[in-house]
Amino acid sequence: MTTSTLSENRFKQILRYVRIPPVFLFLIVIFLGGGLLDLFFSDGQIFKNPAILINIIVRTVPLGIVAVGQTLVIIGASIDLSVAYTISITAVMSSYIMQGNSANVPLAILVVFAIGALIGLMNGLIITKLHINSFIATLGTSLIIKGIINATFSNYTGSVPASFQYFGYGALGPIPVSILVFLLVVIAGWFLLSRTKFGAHLYGVGGNAEVARLSGLRTDRVLIVAHILCSMTAVLTGVFLVSRLQAGAPWVGPDGIYDLESIATTVVGGTALAGGKGGVWGTFAGVLIFGVLDTVFNQLGVNPYLKTVLRGAIIVLAVASYTYRSKKEAA
Amino acid sequence: MTIENNNTTNEKTLNTVPLLEVRGISKRFPGVLALDDVSLKFMPGEVHAVIGENGAGKSTLMKIMAGAYVPDAGEIYLNGEKISFAHPKEAQLKGISIIYQEFNLLPERTVAHNIFLGREPSKFGVLDIQKMNKQAKAVLSEIGVEKMISPTANASSLSVAEQQLVEIAKAISFKAKVLIMDEPTAALTYTEVKLLYDLILRLKNRGMAIIFISHRLIEVFNIAEKITVLKDGRFVKTVNKQDITPPDVVYLMVGRALDHYYPPLGKPEDFGEVVLKVNDASNEFLKGINFELHKGEVLGVAGLQGSGRTELAQAIFGVAPFKTGTMELYGKAIVMKSPSHAVKNRMGFVTEDRKTEGIISKQPIRDNILLTVRSIQSVFGVIYKDGIRKSPKLVPTLGKQVDIRTDSFDREAQYLSGGNQQKVVLAKWLASDAQVFIFDEPTRGIDVESKASIHDMIRELTKQGIAVLMISSELPEIVGMSDRILVMWDRGVAGELPAKSSEQEIMLMATGHTNANSTKNAAATGIE
Repeated sequence: MTTSTLSENRFKQILRYVRIPPVFLFLIVIFLGGGLLDLFFSDGQIFKNPAILINIIVRTVPLGIVAVGQTLVIIGASIDLSVAYTISITAVMSSYIMQGNSANVPLAILVVFAIGALIGLMNGLIITKLHINSFIATLGTSLIIKGIINATFSNYTGSVPASFQYFGYGALGPIPVSILVFLLVVIAGWFLLSRTKFGAHLYGVGGNAEVARLSGLRTDRVLIVAHILCSMTAVLTGVFLVSRLQAGAPWVGPDGIYDLESIATTVVGGTALAGGKGGVWGTFAGVLIFGVLDTVFNQLGVNPYLKTVLRGAIIVLAVASYTYRSKKEAA
Repeated sequence: MTIENNNTTNEKTLNTVPLLEVRGISKRFPGVLALDDVSLKFMPGEVHAVIGENGAGKSTLMKIMAGAYVPDAGEIYLNGEKISFAHPKEAQLKGISIIYQEFNLLPERTVAHNIFLGREPSKFGVLDIQKMNKQAKAVLSEIGVEKMISPTANASSLSVAEQQLVEIAKAISFKAKVLIMDEPTAALTYTEVKLLYDLILRLKNRGMAIIFISHRLIEVFNIAEKITVLKDGRFVKTVNKQDITPPDVVYLMVGRALDHYYPPLGKPEDFGEVVLKVNDASNEFLKGINFELHKGEVLGVAGLQGSGRTELAQAIFGVAPFKTGTMELYGKAIVMKSPSHAVKNRMGFVTEDRKTEGIISKQPIRDNILLTVRSIQSVFGVIYKDGIRKSPKLVPTLGKQVDIRTDSFDREAQYLSGGNQQKVVLAKWLASDAQVFIFDEPTRGIDVESKASIHDMIRELTKQGIAVLMISSELPEIVGMSDRILVMWDRGVAGELPAKSSEQEIMLMATGHTNANSTKNAAATGIE
C-alpha cells in the first residue's frame, strides 16, 4: 500500500516535472479527428501512408524554426513583426551571393547571419533604449527592410548550387535533414529557456520587468539577446526556403505570412502574449497543428477560403480554451 | 520635547550598536514633503513596528532603507558604518531585505526560480537546477516551511500566505540581517498570521532586526517590542510596548488640530426618507454589510486600507455586486448588476482613482461631462436633464455650477489640475441626474482650496436632497463632513458612530476594538 502511494506520488511528480502543455491534447484530437474525416470522406492517406506524416512535418519546418525565435521574444513580453522581411532579405541575399557556385556558400551564410544579427540588435536596441513599444519598433524595422529589398531586387535573384539543396531536400536515412534541423532548433530553444541563466532571466523580464530589475537583472541585455536570437531563426528559415526554392525572391517572407503565423502558433502553443509564460514545446505542437490542418484540408479538398476561415476559428478556439481553463483554476 | 528625551533614553537603556540607524532622513515628492528629518534606530533581535496614518511616510521610509528610493537628505548607518544605496540590490547584498505589500513573485515560475532570480547557480550559463532546488529547500527549511512548500512548485499554485513565506525565504537567502515588512498580514487569515508570528519570533531570536509597518494595532501590540509613530512625515515618538496603551498610540497617530474649514453639518430637518438600504449583504470581498442611507445626509465611511471601503462602493454600484443579502433603492428591492444599471437608477460614483476611473484624460472636458448622459440616453427613452440635444447649454451650466476653472470646455481634461478634474467628474454625475452619490476619497491629492470647494459642493448636493456616501481615509474629512459615520474593519461594518465623533473613537473602532473602554485594559496586557 505504501509503495502504491509512493509510486503514485512519483507519477504525479513526473507529470508535474514534464509539464505537458495542453496544446498536445489539441494536436492529438485534431490529428485523430482529421485522420478520421480523411478516412471516411477521402482516401485515408493520413492514417495509412507514413510518407504523408513526414510531409506534414516538412511543410511546417520554415514556420516552425522562426516560431521558436518568436516564442523567445514573446516570453520576454516583446514581439517581432520583422521576421517575414528578415526571411526575405536572407533568401535574396544568400541566393544573390551564391550565384549557383558552391564556393560562395560559406560567405553567403556568414553574410545573412550577420544581417540577421544586425536586425535583431536593432530591434532590441530600439525597444529597450528608445523605449518604443515592440509592436511599433519591429513594424518599423520591417518596413525599412522591405523598402531596401524592393529597391534592390524585383524578382528571383541568383540561384543556389545543387549541393546547397541538401538542406531542403536531403535525408539521413528515412528522415529529411530539414526535420532534423528543425528538431535541433526546438531542442536548442528548450535548453536555452529551461536550462540556462539566460532563459530564467528571460522569463523574469517577461513575467515582471520590475521584479527582474529589482533582482539585479540587466533586463535590457536579456531582451536584446532574445531579439538577436529571434532574427537568427528567421535567417535560418530564409536559408531553408531558398534551398527549397533554389532561388531567392523578395516575396517569400510576406507570402508565407511568417510574421503573424509565427505569433499565432506561439500563442496557440500556450505562450502568453503578455510574456513570462510558455515554452517552445507548446509552439512545436502549435506549428504541427497548423501542418495537420493544412494536410487534412488538402486531403478533403476544402475550398481555400473556407480553409482560412477554419484556421482562424481554430486559433480563437484554442486560445479561448486556455483562458477558460486558467479562469477556472483561478476560481 | 519627545524627540530629544527619547533618543537619550534609548542610548542609556541599550548599550549595543544599532543594527540599522537612519539620521535626519528627508524626502520630497512633487508637492509633498513625505519625510521630514526622521531619525530612528533599529536594534538586533528586536521587532520594531512603525505605525502612522495613511500618508505618514512609513512606506517611503522603508523604501529608503531598502534602497528603492534615494533620500534628499540624511544618512543611513549599518552596524555603525555609513552606507548608501544606488539600487535595491546593493541593500540586499548588505543584508537589508524588504518585502513589499504587493507581491513580487513571478507567478509562472517555480519557488526555486523565484528565490534565486538573478543569482541562479550555474556553470557557463547552464543552470544547475538540482543545486538550485537543493539550496531553495535549505532556505525554506531555515524558516521551517520545507514541508509546506516545494521548491519545484509554481508560485501561482501557492496560497497568498505561502507566497509570502517564499518572499521571506528569498529575503533570508540574501543572508538578511534586517528584514523590513510592509503590512505583512494584510492578506492573511488568522492561522496564517499565527504562522507568521512564529516565524518572526524565530528570526528575531537569531539576532535579526525585524521592522514592520502595520495598520492593525492588535497585531502591533502582539508582536512588536518597540513602536515608532510617524505623522505627516515627521517622527513623533518611539516607545516600548509595555509603556503605552493602544488609545495613547492612537492619540499619537491622529492627535492634531483641525486645520481646515468644513461646511456646517446637516440639520435634522434636512434628512429625509431612506433611499438606500443594504441588508446582510456579502460577496467575495465583503461580509454581512448592513446600513441605511438617508436623503440629504452625508454618511461617512471610515476604515483602514484593506478594510473593504472601496469594495463596499463597488458592490453598491454594481462593479463587483453583492452575491447574497438584499439591497433597496428608493424603497424598492434591487439587484445592482452593473455600473450601467446603477447609472440608470440615478446613482453616481466618484471613484478613488481619478486618472484611470474618473476622467478620460485625453478627451475634452465637454465629452467627459456628457459621458454619463450619452451612455444612458436612448433615442426614444427617458430624457435625462434635457438630454444631449441641449448639450451646448448643459455643459456650461454644469461647468459653472461646479466651478471648473478653464478657458474652454474643449480643452483636454488631462490639462486640468486635480481639483478641477474632480469637479469634471462631479459635473458628469450631475448631468445624469444622480440622486445617490458615492464618493471614494473625494479629495485625495487635491490642493487645499479645491478641497474646500469640493467639500462645499458635497454639502450643497445634500441640500438638494441628494444622499451622499463618502469614503475617506482622512479622518479629519470624515469627522468634518459626516452626519453619521460608518466604520469598517476586516471586510465588514464594525459599527456606526454619530456626527462629531472624535478621530480616536473612529480609529479604535477601525483597528478592531469595538468598545473603546474594554480595550484599554485588554490592550495594556497585550491581549486582544
